[in-house]
Amino acid sequence: MSKSYQTDALIAEDIDAYLDRHQHKTMLRFITCGSVDDGKSTLIGRLLYDSKMIFEDQLAALESDSKRVGTQGQEIDFALLVDGLAAEREQGITIDVAYRFFATEKRKFIVADCPGHEQYTRNMVTGASTADLAVILVDARKGVLVQTRRHSFLCHQLGIRNIVLAVNKMDLVDYDQATFDAIVADYAKFAEDIGIAGFTAIPISGFKGDNITAASANTPWYDGPVLVDHLETVEVRSSVDLDKPFRMPVQWVNRPNLDFRGFSGLVATGSIKPGDAVRVLPSGKTSTVKSVVTFDGEQGAAQAGQSVTITLEDEIDCSRGDVIATADDPPEASDQFEATVVWLDDEALLPGRGYWLKLATQTVSASIAEPKYEINVNDPSGAGSHLAAKTLELNAIGVAEVTTDKPIVFEPYADNRALGGFILIDKVTNRTVGAGMLHFSLRRAQNVHWQPTAIGREEHANLKNQKPLVLWFTGLSGSGKSTIANEVEQALNLMNRHTFLLDGDNIRHGLNKDLGFTDADRVENIRRIGEVAKLMADAGLIVLTAFISPFRAERQMVRDMLPEGEFVEIFVDTPLEVAEQRDVKGLYRKAREGKLKNFTGIDSPYEAPENAEIRVNTVEMTPEEAARHIIDCILPLR
Amino acid sequence: MSTPLTHLQRLEAESIHIMREVVAEAENPVMLYSVGKDSAVMLHLAKKAFFPSPPPFPLLHVDTTWKFRAMYELREKSAADAGMELLVYQNPEAKERGINPFDHGALHTDMWKTEGLKQALDKYGFDAAFGGARRDEEKSRAKERIFSFRTASHGWDPKNQRPELWNLYNARKKKGESIRVFPLSNWTELDIWQYIHLENIEIVPLYYSAPRPTVERDGMLLMIDDERFPLQDGEEPVMRSIRFRTLGCYPLTGAVESEAATLPEIIQEMLLTTTSERQGRAIDKDEGGAGMEKKKQEGYF
Repeated sequence: MSKSYQTDALIAEDIDAYLDRHQHKTMLRFITCGSVDDGKSTLIGRLLYDSKMIFEDQLAALESDSKRVGTQGQEIDFALLVDGLAAEREQGITIDVAYRFFATEKRKFIVADCPGHEQYTRNMVTGASTADLAVILVDARKGVLVQTRRHSFLCHQLGIRNIVLAVNKMDLVDYDQATFDAIVADYAKFAEDIGIAGFTAIPISGFKGDNITAASANTPWYDGPVLVDHLETVEVRSSVDLDKPFRMPVQWVNRPNLDFRGFSGLVATGSIKPGDAVRVLPSGKTSTVKSVVTFDGEQGAAQAGQSVTITLEDEIDCSRGDVIATADDPPEASDQFEATVVWLDDEALLPGRGYWLKLATQTVSASIAEPKYEINVNDPSGAGSHLAAKTLELNAIGVAEVTTDKPIVFEPYADNRALGGFILIDKVTNRTVGAGMLHFSLRRAQNVHWQPTAIGREEHANLKNQKPLVLWFTGLSGSGKSTIANEVEQALNLMNRHTFLLDGDNIRHGLNKDLGFTDADRVENIRRIGEVAKLMADAGLIVLTAFISPFRAERQMVRDMLPEGEFVEIFVDTPLEVAEQRDVKGLYRKAREGKLKNFTGIDSPYEAPENAEIRVNTVEMTPEEAARHIIDCILPLR
Repeated sequence: MSTPLTHLQRLEAESIHIMREVVAEAENPVMLYSVGKDSAVMLHLAKKAFFPSPPPFPLLHVDTTWKFRAMYELREKSAADAGMELLVYQNPEAKERGINPFDHGALHTDMWKTEGLKQALDKYGFDAAFGGARRDEEKSRAKERIFSFRTASHGWDPKNQRPELWNLYNARKKKGESIRVFPLSNWTELDIWQYIHLENIEIVPLYYSAPRPTVERDGMLLMIDDERFPLQDGEEPVMRSIRFRTLGCYPLTGAVESEAATLPEIIQEMLLTTTSERQGRAIDKDEGGAGMEKKKQEGYF
């Protein structure tokens, strides 16, 4: 039986000495991954059990559970300790990341136990994002499998530099050295192919406890470290981050009174002390650190991994989203990048759609281009590792260009996780739909300078004696958008207003004639219309647009392009039955007959506005009445 | 200065980072304050996170009227010391119907705590609520996110949680929806105790051993905290040297016999003990092994 980590004797005899020792422990976060039955949960259960993190009442529950639903006969099924959710216990698989804790004499550990199935790649990526080390489990009877390669690749992508290849279930192959050696050789070749610089291979049995906490008598041929010793001594990332230049993303500006203005944040890399010169990004303004303020008094310095509040000598602009960095070696800012993107949502990536991108404390609107390629995660080292892709589905990983609507401060993920890792949030559902790692900035963004113009949008509008507006009509095909928009434009014309109506005829036949009706093309269609409408509004015009524009996210995207109050969403609310009955252009009939694909309302969704500025009901109103109502709503026009 | 941070320093920095993210991104945050040791640590971290400002949110105690008297005393003092507003909410329906732990069993927790919490959050329109739960407490907690999304009806869907990568938290939500935030997710019971010891944090004296009037009932050692405790036939209060490892409603919280009167002694006893922390609470045993998961789906913290 293995040794116990906790020195019971010391606890009983000299608790103060024990506490002192525990207080100075460091922390290592690691992830365990492997194929479905490689024994991850069993290994973690074993680590908890051996470190006495399991109490008698839990053990009693475990013993009774083991007999009832366990897979180990009358023996204790450690996996039951870890598989927390009811659905998992019923199905006998791990479907979410579970975090577990144990401590040895030297370190505290946080373990992310991650699912093995391919459909849970997103959970594995989640667990890997905070890990310093990965334990990749391989069943000694099965060797390196597709999942082994996938998990190793993902861990490597997420920047985990310490990989442990734990060849498990050695008891089931009679602790055979040749079996172990063959698996290690096989893995070494793969690791080299995908760029893993090195790994530590350990023959173990999670079930029997071999080479977990003590060298096993069953593997006299193995003279490497046992698992726990290795976990206790490997270098943690926070020490590595300390040697890098100083960076602190500003989370919050602390202003209790007029005499104090502090910048609060978690130091990402490096260290700083009062008197050091710093630069605030993206503005580039410089100042000097005045003090490092904490609840426990002013500190002589702040280092990577600490949450602090810094005050500066000068009154310079600095707010949430800015990055305070060492003055002579600051990070860059850019708005176009190449990145690896992992898709985490059931609804696939829509290239061109605006998503919220959160990186450190910066949140901006961003769009992802059609991927350059998708990575075949099951064979990342082979000739077929790059797949052509137009989008990324759930669990897919690809390389794509990311464009943000304003420059963000960043560093390549490989250099700095905190300034290179981002998440993508759907603007309508608010779900976290993607995650990514920035590689580098695409230089052209920096070279396209905004040309300042002497005559601005205000001058344009003043000359026309009107307030620019974009009247955005949305509704089903046949709802009456164009008819009503025409009525409104005529009325505005009579009022001497300068207008322009954008609709299918002048857009689909010209500017957008290369676009079809797939979801991705619909997004691009609206994006271009939005940009054109914006330019016309800049020119001082009242722009009317009449497009189905079925997705909330794109309407929101256009709204975000314009100054507050200039985007007026008009929902032409006509029930599908009514629009279909009218069927002015005969399109519904064709769609019902299957001759027209992706038709909104039939086999493509329409997301009705939730908070449109104006809603007109065409069942109750004539087009003239609707137009009158709209005019009433937008008055006065100055 | 360039020594690696200890695990407690890293945990502290992480918790502070989480609290600042909430304050930066939520419109109307609140800190749930139960007066227990985890709440004490959470409040202490909040003071650190925003110093020299006071924490920019109120404390909310969802009261059942059945907490230990010593808890009510510390509650008022802690809020005043931190310079924070203290909101106390008691479910008016539970109050009117006289719901109590002696006569109503599981309904007591449901009405006072689960329903009371939902009502309080709705009443004040809080869109983010800090809770002191830790992942090491219970199996379903081990999988909960740090920013845990709740529907407008306060439901938790464990199978549909938002992925949470790095330390990037998604605090976006629609009107009516809310987020429960757990800054102590990665702390263990030992970490909490050690931190209380190191930082000299004031906790309810009931955690320390002292002679107190008790009866033994259903295998639990209960303390008679006030005159509302109905003695059953043959029960006679006995003075025992006891303390509590966890604090809730006094009729539902089991004490342990102990001589541990200082923090190091408490930690020593905890490390040498053989039963887990929540074992003293009746609440987890309802509904079999899935008790807490089910309660959380219904809106319990």
